[in-house]
Amino acid sequence: MRFFSESRIFLVVSVSLYLVMKALFAFDIISPYIQQICLYAVIVALTAIGLNVIYGYTGQFSLGHAAFYGIGAYASAYLTKILAIEGVLPFIPVLVFCGVVSGIMGYLIGIPILRLRDDFLAIATLGFGTLVRVFLDNSDKFAESLGGSRGFVGIPRITNLELVFFFLVFVVIITRNLIHSRYGLFWRCIKDDELAATSVGINTTHMKLMAFTYGCILAGIGGALYANLYSFLHPSNFDILRSIDFLIIVIIGGMGSIMGTIYASIIWVGFIEGLRIVLPAQVLDLRWVVIPLLLIALMIWRPYGLMTKRRR
Amino acid sequence: MDILSYVLQQGINGLQLGAVYALIALGYTMVYGVLRLINFAHGDIFMFGAFVAYFLIAKFGIPIYLVFIITMLACAIAGYLIEKIAYKPLRDAPKISLLITAVGVSLFLEYFLSLNAIFTPNYIAFPRPFDVKGYDLSLFTITNVQIIIFIITFVSLFLLYLLIYRTNYGRAMRAVSHDKETAALMGIGIDGIISFTFIVGASLAGVGGILYGIAYPQINVFMGIMPGIKSFIAAVLGGIGIIHGAVIGGLIIGICEVFVSAFLSSTFRDGVIFIILFAVLLFKPSGILGKRIEKV
Repeated sequence: MRFFSESRIFLVVSVSLYLVMKALFAFDIISPYIQQICLYAVIVALTAIGLNVIYGYTGQFSLGHAAFYGIGAYASAYLTKILAIEGVLPFIPVLVFCGVVSGIMGYLIGIPILRLRDDFLAIATLGFGTLVRVFLDNSDKFAESLGGSRGFVGIPRITNLELVFFFLVFVVIITRNLIHSRYGLFWRCIKDDELAATSVGINTTHMKLMAFTYGCILAGIGGALYANLYSFLHPSNFDILRSIDFLIIVIIGGMGSIMGTIYASIIWVGFIEGLRIVLPAQVLDLRWVVIPLLLIALMIWRPYGLMTKRRR
Repeated sequence: MDILSYVLQQGINGLQLGAVYALIALGYTMVYGVLRLINFAHGDIFMFGAFVAYFLIAKFGIPIYLVFIITMLACAIAGYLIEKIAYKPLRDAPKISLLITAVGVSLFLEYFLSLNAIFTPNYIAFPRPFDVKGYDLSLFTITNVQIIIFIITFVSLFLLYLLIYRTNYGRAMRAVSHDKETAALMGIGIDGIISFTFIVGASLAGVGGILYGIAYPQINVFMGIMPGIKSFIAAVLGGIGIIHGAVIGGLIIGICEVFVSAFLSSTFRDGVIFIILFAVLLFKPSGILGKRIEKV
C-alpha cells in the first residue's frame, strides 16, 4: 500500500510541476534560452538515472556513460534527418529505437568488460568512451552526413517539454519499480558484496549485464532527446569530461537515490549554465578549478555521496 | 623509399615515443603496486614536468643537466603533496572513492594550471636546448634527440633498478606491494614507503615530461591526458605491478602507435591502443610478464 500512496504523491507532484513549467513556457515568462536549459536539465537527469542504476545501485564504476549518450544522440540525429521526422508522435518510436541501439551496444560491450572489477572496469569503460569518440571524429568517412569532427548539423528540433517530462516520469516509475523488484535487490546485493551475492545463488554476471544494459538504454534515450533539442552535435560533447559530469551528478545526488539524482542534475545544470549568465568569462574558468576540489573534499568527508547518510 | 628502411625508421620513432611512455608507466605500475590505485593525476605530473622544464629553459636559461634535477625535484614535491593531501585521508575508504579522488586531482591540476594567470590553455613551443642533428645509418637515420632519449631512459631505468632491487627502500617497497599488512608487521613504515613511491614515480614522470618536450616540441596543459592513459595501458600490457613489464609495455605501445600512424591513419592511433587494452584484459589480464591472475 505504501508503494501506491508514494506513487500517487509522485504523480500529483509531477503533474503540478508540469503545469507550472507549462505556464512558465507558454506565457514566455522565461526566455527561450532558459527554457532550453530547463529541458536540458531534465535530459541530464534522465541520463544520470541510468548511470545511477549502473554505479549507484549495482556498484559498477563506469567512466564511459557519455559514449552511450553519444550513440543515442547520433542514432537519433541520423534517423530523424534521414526520415525527415518533424512531429512528436513519430519521434517517439525513434527515441525508443535509439535507446535500444544504445542498450544493445551496452550489452555487447558489457559481456567482456563487466567481468573486470573497480579500477580495471573504469579504465575499460574509459577506453570504450575514447573508441566511440575516435569513431565519431572519423564518422564522415563512413557516412558523409554524420559530419565527423566538423559536427552533425541540421537535426530537426523536436524535443519539447511534454516529451522530456513524460519520459522522465516514465523512467522514474520504471526504475523505481525495478529497484524494488527482486532484480533491484540482486543489484544492491552485488554492490554490497559480489562474492556473497554469488554464494547465495545470484547470477552476478547476468545481473550486472542487465543493470548495465538498462543504464545504457536510458543514456541512449537521453542522448536522442539531447540531439533533437540542440539540433547540433559535436564529438567533443561526448568525451571523458561529459562522463565525469554524470559521475559527479550521481555522487552529489547520492549513490542509489533516484530523487537525489534528479535534484543533483537540476543543481548541476543550473550551476554550470547559471554561472555562465551571471559571471564574467574570466571568473568562469574557475568553475573547473572549484568543482574538482569540491569532489575531492566530498570524497574525503562523505564518501557515499552528499545526500546519503554514511552506511556501515 | 625502400619498405624495410621505412619500417626500421618508424620503429626507431616508435622506440622514441615508447621510451617516454615507459618512464610514465613505471610511476603507474609502482603506485598501483603499493596502493592498488590508478593514479589518474600521474599524466598531469608528466605535463607539470614539461612545463617546469619549459620555464627553466625558456625564461631562466638554466643548463640542461640542472633542468633535469630541478624538474625532478619539482615533480617529486608535487607527487608527494598530492599523495599527502588527497590520497592519504582515504586510505581506508572504498576503492572507488579513491579512484574518484584521483580523477578529481587530475581535473584540478589541468584546469588550475590552465588558468590564464598560470600556464594558460594555449599550445606553447618548447625550446630545444640544442639543435637537432640526424645521423644517416644507410638503412635509417637517427637523430641526436633520439639518442639522448634512449640514453637518459636507459640511465633512469638502471638507477631505478638499483633502487628497487639493491637498497633497503626498494626492498621495503617490494614488501609493501606484496602484502601491506605483513609488511607493517615486519616494521616497515607503510606511509613513508607510499610517499616514497609517489616521489620516485613522479620524478620519473618529470624526466618523461622533459624528454617528451624535447622530442615533440609543443606543450599544452592537457597534453598529459592521453599519454597518461596510454602509459597506464602500457603498464597493464606488461603486467601491472611489474617494473620491467612497464618498460616492455611502454615500448610496445609506442611502436604500435607510430606504426598505426604511419601505415593506417593518425586518427586511429588512440583507438588501436584501446583495442590492445581490451585484448589484454580479455585474454591475458595479468599482462605479458604477469603470472598471478588476481586483478580481475
